[in-house]
Amino acid sequence: MSLHTEALEGGFANPVLGAQATFRALMDAMSRPGTIHTLGTDAAPPHPLGVAQGAVALTLADHDTPVWLSPMLANATLKGWVGFHTGAEIVASPAHARFAFLASGEPIPDFLGFAAGSQDYPDRSATLVIELPSLTGGPQFLATGPGIKISTQIALQGLPGDFLHRWRVNRGFFPRGIDLIFTAGSDLMALPRSTDLQALGG
Amino acid sequence: MSELATYNFAYLDEQTKRMIRRAILKAIAIPGYQVPFASREMPMPYGWGTGGVQVTAAVIGPEDTLKVIDQGADDTTNAVSIRAFFQKVANVAVTTKTREATVIQTRHRIPEEQLTEGQVLVYQVPIPEPLRFLEPRETETRKMHALEEYGLMHVKLYEDIARNGHIATTYAYPVKVEGRYVMDPSPIPKFDNPKMHMSEALQLFGAGREKRIYAIPPHTKVVSLDFEDHPFEIQKFAKPCALCGAHGVYLDEVILDDKGGRMFVCSDTDFCEERREAGHVGELGVANKEAAE
Repeated sequence: MSLHTEALEGGFANPVLGAQATFRALMDAMSRPGTIHTLGTDAAPPHPLGVAQGAVALTLADHDTPVWLSPMLANATLKGWVGFHTGAEIVASPAHARFAFLASGEPIPDFLGFAAGSQDYPDRSATLVIELPSLTGGPQFLATGPGIKISTQIALQGLPGDFLHRWRVNRGFFPRGIDLIFTAGSDLMALPRSTDLQALGG
Repeated sequence: MSELATYNFAYLDEQTKRMIRRAILKAIAIPGYQVPFASREMPMPYGWGTGGVQVTAAVIGPEDTLKVIDQGADDTTNAVSIRAFFQKVANVAVTTKTREATVIQTRHRIPEEQLTEGQVLVYQVPIPEPLRFLEPRETETRKMHALEEYGLMHVKLYEDIARNGHIATTYAYPVKVEGRYVMDPSPIPKFDNPKMHMSEALQLFGAGREKRIYAIPPHTKVVSLDFEDHPFEIQKFAKPCALCGAHGVYLDEVILDDKGGRMFVCSDTDFCEERREAGHVGELGVANKEAAE
């Protein structure tokens, strides 16, 4: 398959209902942080963008939302795929992006490099969509905050060692801050800026 | 049938839905903060729930079951027409039963029955800004929210006490969400405020004319503003519902004649009907035939 056709294929077979189903999973994930949602989506973005990542892009990105692709994702095929399917502009600077997509195993850039919104308009902030090897089986964190009944445990694999510190800095900016969506294949979990994390165990 | 006048699923175009969906996700991430959105013209006038309809249209899918209530009733004009609208443009299942619904669009009430996980309550909001009647300038109220400067709201509640001896606000009673944003719960009676606190359901608010969307995620602290010596209190009713005999529910006054006759009945029609079907009878109620036989 040529690069050209790869960029044209892999959208939702039914764009209206595909986007609706993906959004409902996202809305559930964002309103109940730490819960894992498996998308039954037919989105098939070109490698190495994950299935859930691709579905999120198709559901939320358009000409109003500049997209930043991490170095591993910023190849001609994927830029073409995002451009063709969503119409979103691909930006070189993370600070200008409303959505940022990062591949699995890639270093996660400083959160401070992304738009955190202003104190007046905290909604003008970036959402990072980060692919991980798995959403379970990693070091355990205890999550508390809106959307969580008492507390819940999350165990994301493949996060950088200083993630907890970086998340607390982001949490400290509230109501400003970035929101995170973690994906692994067709699974996704969200971590809105309102969630507090603590390390569990050693 | 003519295919000339068909609309996209749930009426709105996809770009509009994406814009609303992005606003909803940010609203959930910042509980109580009003996210501006590019509200569209809808085939109904402002004040009839265009904000709620747009939120519902962006959220609803073919597997959803929709309930629409207006002042607690499933059978009032606004509720009937919005329900018919979504039946027509989204072909969704509709119900009047609170527990069967996955999406409930409401105006001025929260159902009496406790909502459960997975349900979405969509409020129609006329004036989303709780500080608007105290400070008309948007630039100023925005700054007050940014700086968490809510002294003015407490002054207003204090003046209520100074004039009336108690806090006289009975509906759209301001709340603080998760200790940060002061929020207008829409014109629900203050009776319903405690139901917002730690609700199992996701609560979304849409203000069409004012172009704002805000949200309360499930299990979120929602505290009605008050003073230590004048704690928040909900309305109490002297008598139970005249039709079903329910205590501890919100009642509407119904005028019976021109000689001062009146009765108080449940504002939540579904709740009242279900109780009557189960055989409960109030002082002016007629016993359910099957239950009586």
